[in-house]
Amino acid sequence: MSQPATGSQVLRIPALTRVEGETALRLRIDDGTVTEARLSIYEPPRFFEAFLRGRAHTEPPDLTSRICGICPVAYQLSACRAVEDACGAVVDGQLAALRRLLYCGEWIESQTLHIHLLHAPDFLGHDDVIGMSRSHLAHVERGLRLKQTGNAIVELLGGRAIHPVNVRLGGFHRTPTRTELRPLAERLRIALDDAWDTVRWVARFDFPDAECDADLFALAETDTYAIESGVPTVLPYEKTLPPRSFPLRDFPDHITEEQVPHSTALHARLDGRRHLTGSLARYAVSGHLLSPLALEAAREAGLGAPRPRAGTEGPGWGGVCRNPYRSILVRAVEVLYAVEEAMRIIAEYERPAHPYVEVPARAGVGHGATEAPRGLLYHRYAFDDAGRVTDACIVPPTAQNQGAIEEDLRRMVQAGLDRGEGSEAELTRLCERAVRNHDPCISCSAHFLELDIERT
Amino acid sequence: MSTDTAPPARPRLGVFKFASCDGCQLTLLDCEDELLGIATELEIAYFLEGSSAPAPGPYDLSLVEGSVSTPEHVDRIRRIRADSRHLVTIGACATAGGVQALRNHADVAEYLAAVYARPDYIETLATSTPISAHVPVDFELRGCPIDRGQLVEVITAFLAGRKPGIPDHAVCFACKRRGNVCVTVAHGTPCLGPVTHAGCGALCPTYGRGCYGCFGPAGTTNLPALVPLMHRDGMSDEDIGRFLRTFNVTAFTAVEEQEPGTIQKEGPR
Ligand code: SF4
Ligand code: SF4
Repeated sequence: MSQPATGSQVLRIPALTRVEGETALRLRIDDGTVTEARLSIYEPPRFFEAFLRGRAHTEPPDLTSRICGICPVAYQLSACRAVEDACGAVVDGQLAALRRLLYCGEWIESQTLHIHLLHAPDFLGHDDVIGMSRSHLAHVERGLRLKQTGNAIVELLGGRAIHPVNVRLGGFHRTPTRTELRPLAERLRIALDDAWDTVRWVARFDFPDAECDADLFALAETDTYAIESGVPTVLPYEKTLPPRSFPLRDFPDHITEEQVPHSTALHARLDGRRHLTGSLARYAVSGHLLSPLALEAAREAGLGAPRPRAGTEGPGWGGVCRNPYRSILVRAVEVLYAVEEAMRIIAEYERPAHPYVEVPARAGVGHGATEAPRGLLYHRYAFDDAGRVTDACIVPPTAQNQGAIEEDLRRMVQAGLDRGEGSEAELTRLCERAVRNHDPCISCSAHFLELDIERT
Repeated sequence: MSTDTAPPARPRLGVFKFASCDGCQLTLLDCEDELLGIATELEIAYFLEGSSAPAPGPYDLSLVEGSVSTPEHVDRIRRIRADSRHLVTIGACATAGGVQALRNHADVAEYLAAVYARPDYIETLATSTPISAHVPVDFELRGCPIDRGQLVEVITAFLAGRKPGIPDHAVCFACKRRGNVCVTVAHGTPCLGPVTHAGCGALCPTYGRGCYGCFGPAGTTNLPALVPLMHRDGMSDEDIGRFLRTFNVTAFTAVEEQEPGTIQKEGPR
């Protein structure tokens, strides 16, 4: 049933599917113009920041991992970094490499889950992976195999794939021997082919035109694609403005969270502007630091070469991918990169003398940020003399992306209406796709899609 | 999920979420080797995290994740129960209120004010309670998160029409069977293994750390015997209180009420 282009109406999607957590959406359309697009995260509040107070400085990694079952490693490692920062501890060498390996496992597993089980059905016109498996079984099986390899890394290093037990402040409870890592190396060789095939598979999807109008925000390192650490870096939407960075300790001065009436998740803004974190932002900020193989895959996939390394402008080094539909391609390239990184770390691994460095409690404030599969995840803790948490602040990627997702929704629905796709079913589909492009993790932000369209 | 070419007689599965991290539902998607098999044995009728085609009840097997923490939850779990032939809770949130039950010992108005500038916009209950506090439950699967093997056993048992083979003993049994060195005996590391429900295969001791109780209390426990050991290993009453009151706070608090040890009545704020 097609709606008239004039008159007012409100469309309500009560529960968004194939995303983690619970979200509803409300659209207001006045005479064929979308005047409001609101993502309401109605995930019930779980009060982590409140009940962390009074806990010992060793507890945030295990406690905060329970914010999200999809990216527990991201929570554990951001928490570790923040506590270590407050206590003046530095984790480097092979322990840092093992952390990156663990994180590669979560990237492979989580990005692959999104690509194959949650996102690809949109491009192939299926409701879910089970339906998609009837016509694309080999692709689904490849996705499950790849995901299993990511899980195998997290399981070996962490004990289990969801809420791993082996991470602790300063490193690990137990580090693996070289021999224990060897079976992973074999699986990863197969995974490398699977990851290439995944890039080629998604590159054949049909990508609608779209552009995300937001500043891109990701951690950056000087010599490697940032995953488990880095400096917050902003690539403004206006191409004439240069990228800028700020020290992590200044995060609270730049990122401000505000509460909006329609959501249990707080909305974050970067210097008062809309911003986006996640795969598109990482590729824009650090794409030139990908491995040659991952860059080749990106080029072959038609992604457009990333921003050049300063001073190395050359032919073919074009712009930045801002099309949220193509985020699936960037994710596929990141999976390939993570597989290669994991292989490299395993090849260079020497078991460290001690599984962790001491992190003695002290009074102070610490900041920690890492690149969760869905984007930059920031933690801050303040401690008293006894090492008890006095204050905790956690800014997840989805809270940061909400503004950009709402703007995407507004634009995509408007484009749909302009093409004459005005029925509730058509709009619901468009909205769900727009949201899924960003792989929001709603459990994290507080939490799926309920669409509410008001047409006036 | 999709029903297009499916034979009509398969039992219908529903997967529902309340206050939680999604980790226990994700365990279902993490059954990579069994997922497509499960989908041929069961019709996945309702699973928002996995499918865009939720179908209405009734459901033969409902898996419920998460705790009851808002007024809307209270109504929704009653509707789901009425629609479900067999209802199984999955995970510490659904069986014991989860980590969010730490609010049960606190002032929720103050918690709201600590997190939100406008607490009045947020609808929440002062407590986070297990599903069984609201409706009858046919089976409770423990763990934060649940164990994949145990989940497959619960589904298999349901399909075979028998009771799930999930023993009630403590992590220590699994630890012995695995041939681990006891971390408490050998290293003086405090460990909740003796009072914690088995299911994980004694993961933490295998990695050299003490169990932190993520599966909740075992069928039989002896807290008064364990508390002095933890004192010996340098924990204060307050430390022990925090140790027990984490992911299964309500379940361990109930044990403590029946077997008073020396832990503090008041948990952390
Ligand atoms: S029991 Fe633990 S793993 Fe399961 S949903 Fe709750 S917090 Fe997540
Ligand atoms: S040993 Fe204890 S804390 Fe560790 S995974 Fe098992 S039940 Fe959970």
